[in-house]
Amino acid sequence: MNEYRHSVSLDTGKCKGCTHCLRRCPVEAIRIRDGKAHIDAKRCIDCGVCIDVCPHKAKKATCDKLEDIKRFKYKVALPAPSLYGQFDNLDDIDYVLQGLLDLGFDDVYEVSRAAEVISGFTRLYLRKKDVKKPVISSACPVIVRLISMRYPYLCENILPIMPPIDLAAQKAREKAEAAHPELDPEDIGIVFISPCPAKASYVKNNTNGDHVDVDLVLSMSDVYFELIGVMKKKLSPLPISRTGMIGVSWASTGGEASAIFNDKYLAADGIENVMRVLEQLDNGDFPFLEYIELNACPGGCVGGMLTVENPYIAKARLQSLKRYLPVSENWDFRDSEDDCDVPDEFFTDPVEYAPVSRLSDNMSDAMRKMARIQALVEELPGIDCGSCGSPTCACFAEDVVRGLTDINQCVVRMRKKLEEAEKSEK
Amino acid sequence: MDEALNFHYDVDGENFTSAGNASVQVKRKLRQLGFPPELIKRVSIAMYEGEINMVIHANGGKADVLVTPEVITIVLADEGPGIADVALAMREGYSTAPDNVRSLGFGAGMGLPNMKRYTDSMDIQTKVGVGTTITMTVRVS
Repeated sequence: MNEYRHSVSLDTGKCKGCTHCLRRCPVEAIRIRDGKAHIDAKRCIDCGVCIDVCPHKAKKATCDKLEDIKRFKYKVALPAPSLYGQFDNLDDIDYVLQGLLDLGFDDVYEVSRAAEVISGFTRLYLRKKDVKKPVISSACPVIVRLISMRYPYLCENILPIMPPIDLAAQKAREKAEAAHPELDPEDIGIVFISPCPAKASYVKNNTNGDHVDVDLVLSMSDVYFELIGVMKKKLSPLPISRTGMIGVSWASTGGEASAIFNDKYLAADGIENVMRVLEQLDNGDFPFLEYIELNACPGGCVGGMLTVENPYIAKARLQSLKRYLPVSENWDFRDSEDDCDVPDEFFTDPVEYAPVSRLSDNMSDAMRKMARIQALVEELPGIDCGSCGSPTCACFAEDVVRGLTDINQCVVRMRKKLEEAEKSEK
Repeated sequence: MDEALNFHYDVDGENFTSAGNASVQVKRKLRQLGFPPELIKRVSIAMYEGEINMVIHANGGKADVLVTPEVITIVLADEGPGIADVALAMREGYSTAPDNVRSLGFGAGMGLPNMKRYTDSMDIQTKVGVGTTITMTVRVS
């Protein structure tokens, strides 16, 4: 996990070294050094807040391009359900899926289909004995990474079942290989259409230990602009969609949690809110809850940095879009809910605790450093202006003690020293 | 005990929404120092409960956490109403929290019992009408 590959990158030419991203990063992973923002890869959780707040559009999510799909002979699109909420006056998901085919994809496998299966497995898992409750959803990779860094006791609460994207990729490949045995596996390209940079990183890093079978990740907004071009021309689309209400609901906060069919759940979104919930969970609050759905983005996946539409408008559209859909199209309720278990192959490795904030491996050394940080904080102005390049004065003190920056970077302190020197000269 | 760190926090009694912030800060510091997760959990829960108590019953107070490599000492001092019957207050489920606090999910009568459960020692000095000082220790190892 040391070499974590991120999907948030910086265009140094556009970066002015202002403090917008510095102050808003929820995990204090950004520093301004030599007039440019730097992201600490060890701390970054890929939430994408910095992309959103940058006034100079210097932060970008790195995704593949639509023309990259030409590398593959047989291309399968994996649209996240949030895609369906991007279009005005859409009354049938099939228009979107037909549009994807018209863009050059050979087949489509909806991630929402896999989501319905994962919802089913989650219900089975919640019934098992010896499960640590409340179970926390594993769907948002930002949350899983945040927990692995800060909450050792909550690692065990994370649902140890693969998120929908893994299953969708698997199913899509199986389907393609079965339909086209003549193809070399390398000729099949599985292409995820992602609402956020975090899922792109998740795919690149294979965080849960297994290989995520996705070959390319496209930005939802890139695909959106291509889609509106081809969707207008269409008369009647092929009936391709196999998504029910549950699958569509996963796109916004509360959808995934309500699919456990039990009202003992909590669903929160927005990284700051989520962090507050995690602190309380860590203190042992909410013992009565069964399930917790946490989404880094406001509104859920519809609020992802790579979406186009306002998340709340997208959510409203999804509500009308799912109204006449069956509850689920991918789960057999008749015989699968009783005395059934989640098959082994859907389980993932447990999330491991990997702290990043330690001052030193040696506790005495860490204590000495902490004492120096405390003393230094007293000397600093406490106005958290960010001019030094660290997000807060306390963080700056820590950076100085860690040897990452110099105390003279604090301009307020410098000015005070100068004034004092001038006074004593008089 | 050549190395010791002292963290001081003023717990604001006026602002219920910020209750619990001091224990979050302490948790973060202990994590930076590299204490084991089990110990951090005990300290932060004991402190969290105590902090909430000060906000509910005593209009806030002061929290001091003394950290050495061997032991963590938490001192919570307030100038609140004091505890009339400590043995009764220690009983699980006993609470004098007002209804508005209960409606937020607090006041289950588990605060003091949890503080005792998660610490190695707990001392309560209290005088009705004067205030309460609770000293808790959690040993490292």
